[in-house]
Amino acid sequence: MIANRIAYGETLIELARERSDILILDVDACKSTGTLPVLQQVPDRFIQCGIAEQNMMGIAAGLAMAGKVPFVATFAVFTCMRAVEQVRNVVCYANVNVKIAGTHAGLETGGDGGTHQATEDIAIMRSLANMKVVVPASPNATRKLTRVIAETEGPCYIRMGKDPQPELYGSEEAFPLGGSKVLRDGRDVTLVACGNMVWRALEAAKMLKEHGVSARVLDLYSIKPLDQEALIQAATQTGGLVSIEDHNIYGGLGGAVAEVLTEHAPARLIRMGLQDVYGRSGNPDQLYEMFHLTPEDIVRTTLAHFPKS
Amino acid sequence: MYSVEEMKKLANVIRYDTLKAIHVVGSGHPGGCLSAVDILTVLYFHTLRIDPNNPKWPERDRFLLSKGHAAPALFATLAHRGFFDIHELLHLRLHDGRLQATPNLKIPGADSVSGSLGQNLSIGVGYALAARMDHLDYKTFVMLGDGEMEEGQNWEAIMSASAFRLGNLIGILDNNHVQMCGTVEEILPYGCMADKFRAFGWHVVEVNGHDIAALIEVFDALPTQPDGAPTIIIADTVKGKGVSFMEGKAAWHGGSPDTEQMKQIELELGGGTL
Repeated sequence: MIANRIAYGETLIELARERSDILILDVDACKSTGTLPVLQQVPDRFIQCGIAEQNMMGIAAGLAMAGKVPFVATFAVFTCMRAVEQVRNVVCYANVNVKIAGTHAGLETGGDGGTHQATEDIAIMRSLANMKVVVPASPNATRKLTRVIAETEGPCYIRMGKDPQPELYGSEEAFPLGGSKVLRDGRDVTLVACGNMVWRALEAAKMLKEHGVSARVLDLYSIKPLDQEALIQAATQTGGLVSIEDHNIYGGLGGAVAEVLTEHAPARLIRMGLQDVYGRSGNPDQLYEMFHLTPEDIVRTTLAHFPKS
Repeated sequence: MYSVEEMKKLANVIRYDTLKAIHVVGSGHPGGCLSAVDILTVLYFHTLRIDPNNPKWPERDRFLLSKGHAAPALFATLAHRGFFDIHELLHLRLHDGRLQATPNLKIPGADSVSGSLGQNLSIGVGYALAARMDHLDYKTFVMLGDGEMEEGQNWEAIMSASAFRLGNLIGILDNNHVQMCGTVEEILPYGCMADKFRAFGWHVVEVNGHDIAALIEVFDALPTQPDGAPTIIIADTVKGKGVSFMEGKAAWHGGSPDTEQMKQIELELGGGTL
């Protein structure tokens, strides 16, 4: 198993070798973000900006204005918050072709603690006009989505965590923007998740079967644009939805799902995620237990709100 | 080629048209426009390698107005240089107009987005890096305000431009000494700006930002090596330059002259195109 950020770095090397316009910008975080191999293997495409995220975002905007396709990466707390006004004005308002990666999102960041665990980045990035937001669940999804954003004109954000993720997809699986994946069908309830919560939702669905509950699992990897049709189907074909995200329950995946359901297909939605609190230092497994985001927690929550028919 | 005398006259026409545009819409930033006009005139009518008929020409010199609130002066200069009709300035800041309060990439001749202070030097670093990678010999000019040097991002950009040895990047500091709520000296005194840039590894040139002949000399003597110290031109200027009741006044950072004041402005500047 490898982490999505490692797959991201590997894909950038491929892209840099295939295309002359791809550049990779760093703020002294490449050992963490997965882009150190880019520096080692395609050094002429790597720009070290030092620990200065706001300047990096401006440099990226300038490079994009000059026709380049810059990929910037650091911890999601810094790409999405230290530099958010730059992202808003010189990337999104300017509508230039900058690709932003946020790594170490969510509780997986573990020991580095609450200051380094982005739990509001999805909400922030999806509120910016012109921005597209994707959250891959596995290395293969990351490889494909990194290519998708490289080929998509305009600002894009890709969210990744720190830890290795089980592979859920074949290497040929396509991940169009605005799509989603039904990883398991079901009729009683839909577990809608993104990123590192997708495999947990799948585990939960297997356990729910033992409780006699048929759970659909939806990987909503494209948060913006969003697959409204898949959500409408989940609302009309199953008894309701549970959203699961390694993020505050406000404004992220759950918020995006709630917006669609309210407008198009009112249905019961239970939002699982951080209940308006910050993370803390700790072993990630213990943190997910502490903040009630394990497969067992998903089972308990689902059974409590969606008793079997 | 424009002579020094012609550029002096043209600068005052641009001043008048800038103020007329601000007067018509009823809002803007007259003071910081007027301090920049002589520099803009020399850049656009003497220095910059540009083609108004081909505003996206890949080999053009780039000009980025980091102090984006001086956009009306840039727009008036671009219009006089032939990028668009000068009468478009009478539709400044309007919902259905192209000329928004600040520059954006949809405006012919504008190479950046600004308005939020302290951000265009970073963008200039991006352009200058791209030029070097693409083996293009265009220069990137970024006009900064002295007030916006209080933004930390500028100092990140100054450090990186020096580290990247961007000899093709030229900063121009419109050093007008006045910001919105008072003088720079009152708000956050910065000491000697030239020493600060030198300490960060920049080539420093100081000039009177209203002396057309001196500005020409400075721009003509810019380094030609794309790999070397970036250059900062510290241009000493007067906020509100050219209109007696605006000169040096923080009160004219924002606002718009009324009809009576426009008459006085016309007397002092000799009128314009609009």
